[in-house]
Amino acid sequence: MSERPAPVFLERRSYRRRRLTDAARLLPVVGLLLFLVPLLLAPDKTDTARTAGTSIYVFAAWFGLIVCAFVLSRALSRGTDAAKDRDGAE
Amino acid sequence: MIGINVLVAVCLTYVAFLFAIAFVAEKRARQGAGGWLRSPLVYTLSLSIYCTAWTFYGAVGYAVRSGLEFVTIYLGPTLVMIGWIWVVRKLVRIGRSQRITSIADMISSRYGKSNLLGVIVTLLAVIGTTPYIALQLQSVSLSFSVFSNDTPAMLNVRDLNATALYVAVGLALFTVLFGTRNLDVNERHHGVVTAIAVEAVVKLIALLAVGIFVVWGVAGGPADIVARIEASEIAELQLAGGRWATLIFLSAAAFLCLPRMFQVMVVENADERHIAVAAWAFPLYLFLMSLFVIPIAVVGLGVLPGANPDLYVLTVPLELGQGKLAMLSFLGGFSSATSMVIVAAIALSTMVSNHIVMPIWLSARRGGASMSGDVRNAVILSRRLSIAAILALGYAYFRFSGGGTALAAIGLISFAGVAQVLPALIGGLFWRGATRNGAAAGLVLGFAVWAYTLFLPSFGGSLLLPASVLQDGPWGVEWLRPQALFGVETLDPVVHAVFWSMTLNTVAFFAVSLMGFPAPLERLQGAQFVNVFDHSKSAPGMTRGAAEAEDLLIMSQRILGPAEAQAMFQRAAQRQGKAGYLPDTTPEFVETLERELAGSVGAATAHAMVGQITGGASVSVEDLMAVADETAQMLEYSSQLKAKSEELGRTARQLRDANEKLTALSIQKDAFLSQISHELRTPMTSIRAFSEILMADGPMSEADQKKFSTIIHDEAIRLTRLLDDLLDLSVLENGQVTLNWQETSLAAVLERAVSASASGRGERPLRIRRAPGAEDVALVTDPDRLAQVFINLIANARKYCDAALPELRIAVARRDGAVVVDFIDNGSGIPAPSQGVIFEKFARLTDQSRAGGAGLGLAICREIMDKLGGAIVYLPGQGGAAFRVSLPKAVAKAAE
Repeated sequence: MSERPAPVFLERRSYRRRRLTDAARLLPVVGLLLFLVPLLLAPDKTDTARTAGTSIYVFAAWFGLIVCAFVLSRALSRGTDAAKDRDGAE
Repeated sequence: MIGINVLVAVCLTYVAFLFAIAFVAEKRARQGAGGWLRSPLVYTLSLSIYCTAWTFYGAVGYAVRSGLEFVTIYLGPTLVMIGWIWVVRKLVRIGRSQRITSIADMISSRYGKSNLLGVIVTLLAVIGTTPYIALQLQSVSLSFSVFSNDTPAMLNVRDLNATALYVAVGLALFTVLFGTRNLDVNERHHGVVTAIAVEAVVKLIALLAVGIFVVWGVAGGPADIVARIEASEIAELQLAGGRWATLIFLSAAAFLCLPRMFQVMVVENADERHIAVAAWAFPLYLFLMSLFVIPIAVVGLGVLPGANPDLYVLTVPLELGQGKLAMLSFLGGFSSATSMVIVAAIALSTMVSNHIVMPIWLSARRGGASMSGDVRNAVILSRRLSIAAILALGYAYFRFSGGGTALAAIGLISFAGVAQVLPALIGGLFWRGATRNGAAAGLVLGFAVWAYTLFLPSFGGSLLLPASVLQDGPWGVEWLRPQALFGVETLDPVVHAVFWSMTLNTVAFFAVSLMGFPAPLERLQGAQFVNVFDHSKSAPGMTRGAAEAEDLLIMSQRILGPAEAQAMFQRAAQRQGKAGYLPDTTPEFVETLERELAGSVGAATAHAMVGQITGGASVSVEDLMAVADETAQMLEYSSQLKAKSEELGRTARQLRDANEKLTALSIQKDAFLSQISHELRTPMTSIRAFSEILMADGPMSEADQKKFSTIIHDEAIRLTRLLDDLLDLSVLENGQVTLNWQETSLAAVLERAVSASASGRGERPLRIRRAPGAEDVALVTDPDRLAQVFINLIANARKYCDAALPELRIAVARRDGAVVVDFIDNGSGIPAPSQGVIFEKFARLTDQSRAGGAGLGLAICREIMDKLGGAIVYLPGQGGAAFRVSLPKAVAKAAE
């Protein structure tokens, strides 16, 4: 109902939260790119593409993604709780 | 060696343990003491039913056959969960706000609660899941056979079948007990979910234990494993680019669309915040589940070359004399299989019962919902029968396919089948233009292509699809060959099937959606789904308000149970301010009720049931008009409020103005009083002083006496004049003056004024120029008062005109029927800033003593002209001081 235009600038906290959300949205794209790298390594079964090395790469990338997801999820949840507290306080 | 009897005993103990856990969890949940039952950890662990026996045992076999490719099956879900903000969060929010009970319900509800779509998705899910259940039965019975036989490669087929049957019956029993115990409004099964979480822990620990044993017990640590990989037959990485990317996509799609995944991810979700935890915890689980797959595969290849690699997880510890580890591993595989089957059976039975059995049951007894018979029992019975039927179907499939290796490939085939739901699901979440017909077209086409290119060929040359068709295409049409559709021959069969089915599915979905026009309910649901974060509240009710509350109560009691239904109706009645159990059937109430019922029997069925009672299952034009009316009323009300607040604002402004005016007036009054005191005091002072001199003793000349008494007299006259003026002004201002109206002529009045103000002694001569011809105007007025004004003006000119030869011109003119008389002198005039104040009381511009007046003259003039109906204004720009007296039209005209 309210026809007030949204403010142009956000409060610092909400701004940070939105950028965190952006990062969280971007993460699976980064993950997909990382997971497609093995295709570049072994286009025609060259000598360099070994199961052992590629496995280590895939698992390392995988773990890195999990850590990023953990950090982002933590930061986002904290933001949510804080926002909730603030709403409750009014 | 562990005997089969020990194994059975362990199995039964484990199952009893699960029963106990499920029972306790169910009990605690009912007491409301959820606590850790609703923790994000349980949610994450319950998602692990993604890892079935196929992945528990099969991943190692997969790794032996195709190297690293097995990992794609885990990478897809990892990406979906890491990108939870995109899809999963929205799915869960919609699932909660719309009381979604299954993936079929989701699709059906999104596209206008269409039961057609519900049926399509249900069929698809059953066809896609049955082989998968068969696969679980196979893996459990295979793992049994490993223990029962000294040579695992030699399998006793009869034992296998018997084991599979026992397992199927046992699982059906467990699922019926805990999956259909109650018709929970939210379709949550705390007992089952908790048991599954425990099983998830068991299978993770089992696989990790085997992995750790293999890496550090058999091999000499990670470095040795790398060396062994290099030396093994899977050292060469054989990545087929198409397969790698396709399988990541396929597993991601299946993760979202698999009925069992939807069940745990959306339906069983207790708190949206759990997703944020699962976003990293579930990928971590998958990571750990796949970490040791390749080491186990490599070590297995070394220890048991030639054995069935699908069972390495079991056979490698057994071979190396680790009986207990093998037992643990067996329990892990058993857990994987059973949890998958249980959840899949619950999800499928919900779908089958809500979208197939219940609609048929309802239409079989027309008007059924209000007839006698317990809907609640019917629903539960249909669920139980569905569960039994699904497991029977799985067992039949297992028997039919002969339990051979053909089953191993069924995992991906099944994934590709359920992935056909993806376009309709994602399109429905993000695109409001998606329509029911589009979704149906996409689903049917995608499903058909999948069956033709992947599912049927998986049986080899069978009755359904003869080998000749596989080889040469139907009727010898080459470009219709199932595995080389439209001449695309180079692709891997799975990639080929996924490519064509998903492409055609998506194209059909979009094309039909773009061309069609959705029904109102569809558009409403579409808006609610796509914009779920904007308005999580329900849209206005879409049902006519004519439904009978009592009928609805009777029906709800049958579905929700009497106590719950009555409590709900009572709450609704209270909210409406009514006592008792029967609220008014407002659209809001019917909408809420429909939603509550949807939690038990699905949106489409609930809509149909309520529709039967309310008398209209579809949205009518009147409904829409009623909604529009409501909106219009709201708008009007809000605009009224707005107008009122504006009016208040105006009044406040007026009050503020009035207050300012009053304050100014009060200041004026004070100034006026102090002026008057001052004006009265000056002559009084001189009168007192001179009379004191006269009273003084002592000689005084005659001349002095006369001089002083003259001054006293003059001052007394001045005082009198001031008092007269004040009195006059006061009378005029209070409107108490009585005017003496008579016929006269302007010339006469002017003449009288001029002669009255003729130069007295010692006064400056003033030349007055007149235009006698123009002055001949007849008037009805008070001649005395008018003359007073004129005299005042002439006297002013005499007093203030500062020209060497003062001259006053009196000009008379007619303007718009009114008569204007201008008095213009040849002095320097009045400066612009002062022009505004000259008509105020006591406004004097020059030295007071010289003027000799109190400054009331012009104020009196203005009052008189006001009373006579005319006006007097200052006329700027005439070369001197100029006053215009205008006599009103009516006064002038009346005399003509």
